[in-house]
Amino acid sequence: MDAKVSIAKRVALELKDGELVNLGIGLPTMVSQFLPPGVNLYLQTENGLVGMGAAPPPGMGSPSNVDAGGRFAGAIPGAASIDSCVSFGLIRGGHLDLSVLGGLEVDEKGQLANWMIPGKMVPGMGGGMDLVTGAKRVIVAMTHSAKGAAKIVKKCSLPLTSIRRVDLIVTEMAVIEPTENGLVLREIARGITREQVIAETEASLIISDNLLEMPV
Amino acid sequence: MHKGISCIKAVEMIPDGATLMIGGFMGSGTPHRLIEELVRQEKKDLTVISNDTGMPDYGAVKMLAGHQIKKLYATHIGQTPETGRQMIAGEMEVELCPQGTFVERIRSGGYGLGGVLTPTGLGTIVAENKRVIEVNGKDYLLETPLHADFALIAAFQCDLLGNLTYSLTGRNFNQAMAMAADTVIVEAEHIVPVGVIPPDMVATPFICVDYIVERCCPNGR
Repeated sequence: MDAKVSIAKRVALELKDGELVNLGIGLPTMVSQFLPPGVNLYLQTENGLVGMGAAPPPGMGSPSNVDAGGRFAGAIPGAASIDSCVSFGLIRGGHLDLSVLGGLEVDEKGQLANWMIPGKMVPGMGGGMDLVTGAKRVIVAMTHSAKGAAKIVKKCSLPLTSIRRVDLIVTEMAVIEPTENGLVLREIARGITREQVIAETEASLIISDNLLEMPV
Repeated sequence: MHKGISCIKAVEMIPDGATLMIGGFMGSGTPHRLIEELVRQEKKDLTVISNDTGMPDYGAVKMLAGHQIKKLYATHIGQTPETGRQMIAGEMEVELCPQGTFVERIRSGGYGLGGVLTPTGLGTIVAENKRVIEVNGKDYLLETPLHADFALIAAFQCDLLGNLTYSLTGRNFNQAMAMAADTVIVEAEHIVPVGVIPPDMVATPFICVDYIVERCCPNGR
């Protein structure tokens, strides 16, 4: 299975019916394709909609309704249009159940860096800093390493997105839970060994007493 | 007072060196005609306060070719690589703010407040040179207000007085920006008679709006 598909499928299992969820640009957006039966979400897009819907057919999009990546979006019945103040009030004010974001690095403290590589790539933080700081739960959905370089590291070398400890890291190889005591390895993907995960992870991992196979 | 103005005359009011707020999110809810006219009139040395510079082929990115922006306040410029290139090359000063902080700085500028206290950015490079203030045992960053000479905003409907509605994600920063500038110029999709917009539907009251850009004339400006 494609790495991104398996990550999206595994993250989808974390979603609960009726939650207000913000999915970041890219891989996290794919999560909505794999919702378990009976799970219906309200997707928040930080540019101003609670209840974002599937993209309209070609040629039917409105320039007044785009997702956080600037692509045409839809709206489900019951959706609400909000301005950016209200949107970020929802995010910082504890009204957003879950934020799923991509990552460049996560470290042993569970802190995320995902918004810039100084001097090279500076897309800006957009809503990411507010989302990681304010959402009730934060899941980082990312590939385990990048071109052989570990992304789960002892200490982030890139500028942090927030000092908040994220709640879960989901990669194509493993599910890791940052805790007060460090990073706990909870699940390993089918066909991958514990040693392979450790070899591709720079940070120390605490192996869960109840280590499971990723159910995707 | 009749607030109608041609797009050309509206932009002629803006001097080089002015500070502009420009509404929109990646080209949605963006005053595209006003931006095109800023480009045509080659306005220079502008300070621009805008969430982003649009998408690769539309939005404020069009002002980059002529280096019209001296300083940009934005939150996300990943869709327009030229913006990042000019920033890294030192051709344009860019201050990146978290998006929730960005809109609250605009709101506080328009609401007569001395800034906002937010937990966003604490302990990151965003906090550099900013005051940390403790309230009830929790730390917050003090973020200061933003204000502009002109706000260029996009609306869905505008009545002849200047009452505004917005549509879906086209609302974004426009509502806050309409409060936070000395002169507010609105470019609306529909200009409608007074009374068409019921009072409960008005998102920005007419007193905030100074000028309404007239519909396109045949030459397209």
